[in-house]
Amino acid sequence: MVNFGFSPLPAHIQDIDIADQSLSINLALNEPSFNLCIACGSCTATCTAGSFTNFSFRQMCHHIRRGENQFAIKESEKCMLCGKCTLACPRNVNTRNIIGLVRKANQNI
Amino acid sequence: MTNKTVAIIGGGIAGLETSIQLEKLGYNVSLFEKDQTLGGHAAKWDRLFPNRRHATEVIESLTKSIGKNIQLNLASPVNKINRENGSFVIETNGKSQKADAIVLATGFELFPASKKEEYGYGIFENVITSAELESMFSSNGKPLMTNGKAPEKVAIIHCVGSRDEKVNRPYCSKVCCVTAVKQAIEIKEALPNTEVYCFYMDLRMFGPGYEELYKEAQVKGVIFIRGRLSETSELEGNRLLIKSEDTLSSKPLKMSVDMVVLMVGMSPLSSTDNLLKNLNLEPNHDGFVQVKDYHLMPTHTETDGVFVAGACTGPNNITDSVNAARSAAIEVHKYLISK
Repeated sequence: MVNFGFSPLPAHIQDIDIADQSLSINLALNEPSFNLCIACGSCTATCTAGSFTNFSFRQMCHHIRRGENQFAIKESEKCMLCGKCTLACPRNVNTRNIIGLVRKANQNI
Repeated sequence: MTNKTVAIIGGGIAGLETSIQLEKLGYNVSLFEKDQTLGGHAAKWDRLFPNRRHATEVIESLTKSIGKNIQLNLASPVNKINRENGSFVIETNGKSQKADAIVLATGFELFPASKKEEYGYGIFENVITSAELESMFSSNGKPLMTNGKAPEKVAIIHCVGSRDEKVNRPYCSKVCCVTAVKQAIEIKEALPNTEVYCFYMDLRMFGPGYEELYKEAQVKGVIFIRGRLSETSELEGNRLLIKSEDTLSSKPLKMSVDMVVLMVGMSPLSSTDNLLKNLNLEPNHDGFVQVKDYHLMPTHTETDGVFVAGACTGPNNITDSVNAARSAAIEVHKYLISK
């Protein structure tokens, strides 16, 4: 086959059909408050790590819901476990436990 | 005409409308209002959403309809109601009055903004509530800072004391979104060079004309930022620094403003706790009065002869309160003719 120097672009859409939901399901089972997020951003706004790095707890959870687990696991390393987000969350999401479970998932992979 | 008497507790929109309807149905009405004036919270509001008519117009058209068979008891808080042979004895100001049925229209209280300490209400100057902004509109026609100057940058914070389990208010207060948009437009109209920012999580524009009001705010240049306020702090020169996440760009956000307006939600009225206990009424999961059947008997309670109307059952707008009041009046009538 002649190589014209072109190839298909990698898909740039959220394809929910092929998204890897395993970590999301695992988190919802072990920490049911994972599902209660209303995406208000209080966690990110109060985040100590977020002032110095581009860490957003809310965004990390969203990546997990869309199956972008490797990215989320890498992100989870930025958290310093200070717990301010737990104090701010209006839905009482156990943010600290979610970080712990995401890091644990990394060890199990 | 009958010689039966109905006691209405509360002289806000719901209480006034219930009284007027029951009088038209031929009953004697005793209206008990804890304050000196009628109209409840609406009387403290300058203009109403969605069409921004003056609140006084609505209240005056109600008070004009008060007929001679409505006995007004102002400055008469009711703390105790006893049952005697199927009728009720209302105690107020050391006197007692008899009634054949009761309608509770006791309303709500505004969420005490100082409970969200991190928002700076009561700590920093120029952090005000939506109700205080309304009285500024009533008296000055525009918001003014404590130094008498007009603010150049205003942040309006949605969901203060709503959708927040940290202050035991998990429910949506329903009317604050549209109130915020209305007030944002009013600030823009009064002070065209002032920048207005709304910090929201969701914009719940459920009523007729509400979405149009949101669009009008966009046209007038109100800026909407999707994120919940995390904290307010003070900068030099009495300016305020606010922080949130800009959730649409997934970055923490900070900005300096001259004034912060907190959209306080509707909370159950704590001063009626004893009265409700006295009437064997349970609060619902949000702390408001539990109705008998949310869908089919929204103005009945579990206690025979005691009916409810208005925001004592949960966050309501004026239309909801008027509808509930008319529904309660019909139900009282049905109850009294079968008695």
